[in-house]
Amino acid sequence: MFVVIVGGGKVGLNLTRSLTLMGHEAILVEQRKFRYDLLVEELQEKLLLGDGTEIWVLERAGIARADLVVAVTGDDEDNLIISQVAKRKYGVKKVVARVNNPRNQATFDVLGVEPTICATTNILALVRRELPEHKLVHLLTLKRENLEIVELEVGEHSPVAGKLVEEISLPEGALLTAILRNGSAQVARLKATIEPGDYVLCLVEPGKEKDLIHEMLPDESPEKVQAEGEPEYLGGE
Amino acid sequence: MYVVIAGCGRVGSSLAQLLVSEGHEVAVIDEDPEAFTRLGEEFPAEFITGAAIDWDILEEAGAGRADAFVSATDGDNTNIVAAQIAKEHFGVQCVVARVYDPARAELFATVDIRTVCPTKDAKDMLADAVHSCQIPGR
Repeated sequence: MFVVIVGGGKVGLNLTRSLTLMGHEAILVEQRKFRYDLLVEELQEKLLLGDGTEIWVLERAGIARADLVVAVTGDDEDNLIISQVAKRKYGVKKVVARVNNPRNQATFDVLGVEPTICATTNILALVRRELPEHKLVHLLTLKRENLEIVELEVGEHSPVAGKLVEEISLPEGALLTAILRNGSAQVARLKATIEPGDYVLCLVEPGKEKDLIHEMLPDESPEKVQAEGEPEYLGGE
Repeated sequence: MYVVIAGCGRVGSSLAQLLVSEGHEVAVIDEDPEAFTRLGEEFPAEFITGAAIDWDILEEAGAGRADAFVSATDGDNTNIVAAQIAKEHFGVQCVVARVYDPARAELFATVDIRTVCPTKDAKDMLADAVHSCQIPGR
């Protein structure tokens, strides 16, 4: 596979290294001269000096034959432009973009730039998973497929505690897929019993979390979970 | 007309002054809180400090009710993205972005978004000026 990576920070550099080690062809585009000078001895012809939002620079990098373009500069505007140029002008099939400021996520979504990776959002999701009062955690959101994978903790008073999987009626648009107990997971077979203290994984259509919570954790206030569903990111530095 | 202008540099500020003198209502956005001084004292326009691609800032500037949006910050990519947000999210009818790079100006000029490329315009004008030179004896 031939991959064009724009942005020679830690992410871009290590991606270039790893893809090369995996036997892929990769080229890294970096516009800061001091950074270029630092990396050129190691990367040699796999490194290109230039502004990766300039079309002629991307062409020199070989974007016309790229299988994948990765936009991981520290600037969200630049990542948006790189992604759009790759898709619109060169018909690159797959583009991955980094979101630096989570407040800009909505812009990536509106402009159809996906998939995206945002470190802040990912770390925040992990942190929230550790919060004891948080009973429903979004593990993965498949935007295009319109599906989410969520994890719920089954408390002692949950109406599903002690029941067989086949006895549980979940709301439409939700599916119980796995039971996590003592650190190991098993597929949720119809005859499996859910015990207090278990965690369950559910596939759920976006917006159906409330119904799911109502069914499995009726003592949880849905408003609270809903409020925590979409984190709020304040403006300013 | 209600016009939101992103970027209060030489172009943004003088455009704001022109539009106000024509009787239009204007809001100006710039990251630099001191940039409004270019507009002159007691200039009758809203000035918002913030990033041109920040939805909250655009909302505060009234992008939701704007008839036109102009992005003229010093960054081509910022201008393109701000214009796209104005169009796609806020539904502004008339959207124009200043883009210095002719290649990107051409690529991102769509049915919905107009781009103005000062580099190309200057080149054309300079070429016209050279072509029209009257050189005696030639």
